[in-house]
Amino acid sequence: MATIVERPSVVRRKRFGETYIGSWIMTTDHKKIGIMYIMTGFFSFLVGGLEALLIRTQLAQPNGHVLSPEVYNEVFTMHGTTMIFLFVMPMLTGLGNYIVPLMIGARDMAFPRINAFGFWLVLFGALFLNSSFLFIGPNGFSAAPNGGWFYYAPLSEQQYGCGVAGVVGCVNADFWALGILLLGISSIASGLNFVVTILRLRAPGMTMNRVPLFTWMTLITSFLLLFALPSLTAAAVMLLLDRHLGTHFFDATFHGDPLLWQHLFWSFGHPEVYILILPAFGIISEVLPVFSRKPIFGYTFIAWSGVAIGFLSFTVWAHHMFAVGLPTIAQAFFATSTTLIAIPTAVKIFNWIATVYGGKVSLKAPMLFALGFIAMFLIGGINGAALAVVPFDYQVTDTYFVVSHLHYVLFGGTVFGVFAGLYYWFPKMTGKLLGDGWGQVQFWLMLIGVNLTFFPMHILGILGMPRRIYTYPGNLGYNELNLMATVGAFIIALSILVFIYNVIISLRSGKEAGTDPWDAFTLEWDTASPPKVYNFLTIPIVRSRRPFYDMKNPDIADWKTATH
Amino acid sequence: MRMPLFRKTKRWVTIASAMLLSSLLLAACGENSPSILNPRGPVAAKEADLFYIILGIATFIFIVVEGVLIYSIFRFRERPNSPAPRQIHGSNAIEIAWTVAPSIFLFIVLGATIYYMFTLTDFDTGNRFKVNVVAHQWWWEFDYMNYPGSNGHPIVTADTMHIPLGATIEADLISNNVIHSFWVPALSGKKDVVPGHNNQLIFRADAVGTYPGECVEFCGSQHAHMHFDVVVDAPDAFNTWISMQQQAATPQNINAVKCTTPIPQSDLVACGAKFFAQGACVGCHGIVGVDLKGYDDPRAAGLIGPNLTHFGSRDLIAGGVLPNTPANLATWLSNPQAVKPGNDMPQLGLPQDQINALVAYLESLK
Repeated sequence: MATIVERPSVVRRKRFGETYIGSWIMTTDHKKIGIMYIMTGFFSFLVGGLEALLIRTQLAQPNGHVLSPEVYNEVFTMHGTTMIFLFVMPMLTGLGNYIVPLMIGARDMAFPRINAFGFWLVLFGALFLNSSFLFIGPNGFSAAPNGGWFYYAPLSEQQYGCGVAGVVGCVNADFWALGILLLGISSIASGLNFVVTILRLRAPGMTMNRVPLFTWMTLITSFLLLFALPSLTAAAVMLLLDRHLGTHFFDATFHGDPLLWQHLFWSFGHPEVYILILPAFGIISEVLPVFSRKPIFGYTFIAWSGVAIGFLSFTVWAHHMFAVGLPTIAQAFFATSTTLIAIPTAVKIFNWIATVYGGKVSLKAPMLFALGFIAMFLIGGINGAALAVVPFDYQVTDTYFVVSHLHYVLFGGTVFGVFAGLYYWFPKMTGKLLGDGWGQVQFWLMLIGVNLTFFPMHILGILGMPRRIYTYPGNLGYNELNLMATVGAFIIALSILVFIYNVIISLRSGKEAGTDPWDAFTLEWDTASPPKVYNFLTIPIVRSRRPFYDMKNPDIADWKTATH
Repeated sequence: MRMPLFRKTKRWVTIASAMLLSSLLLAACGENSPSILNPRGPVAAKEADLFYIILGIATFIFIVVEGVLIYSIFRFRERPNSPAPRQIHGSNAIEIAWTVAPSIFLFIVLGATIYYMFTLTDFDTGNRFKVNVVAHQWWWEFDYMNYPGSNGHPIVTADTMHIPLGATIEADLISNNVIHSFWVPALSGKKDVVPGHNNQLIFRADAVGTYPGECVEFCGSQHAHMHFDVVVDAPDAFNTWISMQQQAATPQNINAVKCTTPIPQSDLVACGAKFFAQGACVGCHGIVGVDLKGYDDPRAAGLIGPNLTHFGSRDLIAGGVLPNTPANLATWLSNPQAVKPGNDMPQLGLPQDQINALVAYLESLK
């Protein structure tokens, strides 16, 4: 009788990439990179949010003494820089990273290692920027950037860089410029990666006319990144040359021009605004149809109005500069282009409402956030169009009216869009549903908080309260409105705590999601939750804009009834 | 499922409308505010007109679009027996309609915008009253280019800008440091003060009064404390003010006073002049008739503080942080860094009797 000889098992040390930590650090899987982007973005959101609370606490009362002027300036600068470069951009890149390849039926991004490189640049860029708080400069305050997220020259130059007259040698602006360079390289890498992925790796049959709208908007955003970021990168390099090698690009004393900085910055900065909002447009263009049980209304118009916005976004930058003394005829040009860009934006809003109209509207958390997005973004759109009215802009630019506008767009718009996306795709990423009840609580708290914080700021602007002031006198009628805004900010903070709690309990004991909890339409739901490394066992074949709907409803498939 | 949602949303509508109303009420209450809706000149009046036009159109669009959105949500919310919706992909006719409709509104607004832009200063006949507005970190200087003082140089003042009623004012905006922005909401929208650029702001004041102004471009650590007042005088009062400003300060006989503690009340002003002339003050400040021939005196190039020739006649001190009262001036002199941290004026550690004398002297410079 033969005996089975047990072979001694080969004991070898796990390679680093096989350990749990290593599997994240060494990964080139778009899903893991996507999750790391989202985590980095969300953590930055908390940091930027704490900075916002500090600002609102300082401004809760007139003549507040919570922050010194120098610290206040650092905090508001880092709030803007963090929210834009370290929260919204990584968050949207992360969602795109996770979802876009799944949506188009691909197995990964086109350049997985460039993808990983892009993420690590963002992470270290974020750590680098925030490490500035740990260094003390010659003015006795930390070396955190202190010139605003726009960092206008010549306040960024050596002789004024400390914020305090007569003190030189501060490195605050160097931290900012170097951090922005790192993040800019990352954005260009990820933009390039998305463009190639979306143009080259789509499943068979998925023509550009059938690409899901989130993917469309990510594609447009990626082109904007590729064409807008170089301007910022060049400006940051010129600033560093000015500061350290004795050039005078922005120094009027030597016939340089401070306005050159503004032109370079805003010719990046305005496309940037659309970089921050277009992916959110995409998210809600996915969520609204699924929860209305209808296809998106006017797919072509939503996609192409996105393209129109993309082109026009490069022609409107000087509407940030109406007060700098440009010739009236040039201002008329920028007022006209700004008016034009409102048209495709309005078309999108109408199409979203038409998608809801006539549907069977299920008010689950993702849908609430998507509807909240429309309601709030509309306000940001209207007061934004008002800012294109140049003589009115002369009065309200650089006041709290603009703070109100930009937060209705970026918080009411982008952040609501991001939460719609997180509630929608969380089950795909984790296999667990994110609790709907807590989602409803979070939504209503956030909606109230946003309006309580940002609506009074319209009025503060009309009453003449400038932006970026660390305190204000008590006799100008600003007190109640500022207090209201501060209360609102803490309600928003509470809503974020509800979200964090919801994530924790849902991961521990949430409902199993299954592959397709929302009875959705697009390909990312046609695979396991979370998907395997290879995404799809077999690459699906696409015959319409709603391939997964077609598979589930073969009798009334879109490709039988609609022509696209 | 259905009713609780409905109730919540109704509550939201109530809260939102209550908030809107209360905000408007508060806006009406803020009478001291430098509101853009209390125009006192033609430029600000046109800008306020545009606000009301925009407000009307914006309110209309807001109500219609939010109304349709909320109606769609309620009318088509999921109910137990909701039928499967029709799978509609779009309609070109509707798309064209709602591309054209907002375009009409937007182009009406654009037309008004461009018309107002080109007619904003159509009252300007070219006969302008020129003031150089010089922005410092962090206070405003005003140079009256057509009004030489006793020394032949333009008269110079700070923190309070006097202008004559009804004249077309040309403010020439000058900065040799960072970018600032000049704004008097009651009189005109703002214009940035950009180093190397010759920006001008043209406006007119049609009512006598004092109107607050401020810097609205972020300019460093004390951006919040860069206020000023514009005082609009009737022509007679303005001429009186000008002729007063044209005079040099009355010399004090500083050699005749001893100024040892306690300083007698009668010597207070003269001793203040003595401390001023022999102390640290003249490192940064000039007084025409005392230690400087004028602001353009070669020595003045190094001066970084305001010219104090007619200090006592100003409403505000320290870049508009404090009203000009003896008590406030004493507070400022005893510790300027506590009042306005980061400003250029060092803490001099002056003894109380020197401060009293300086206050008496400076306030006497009418």
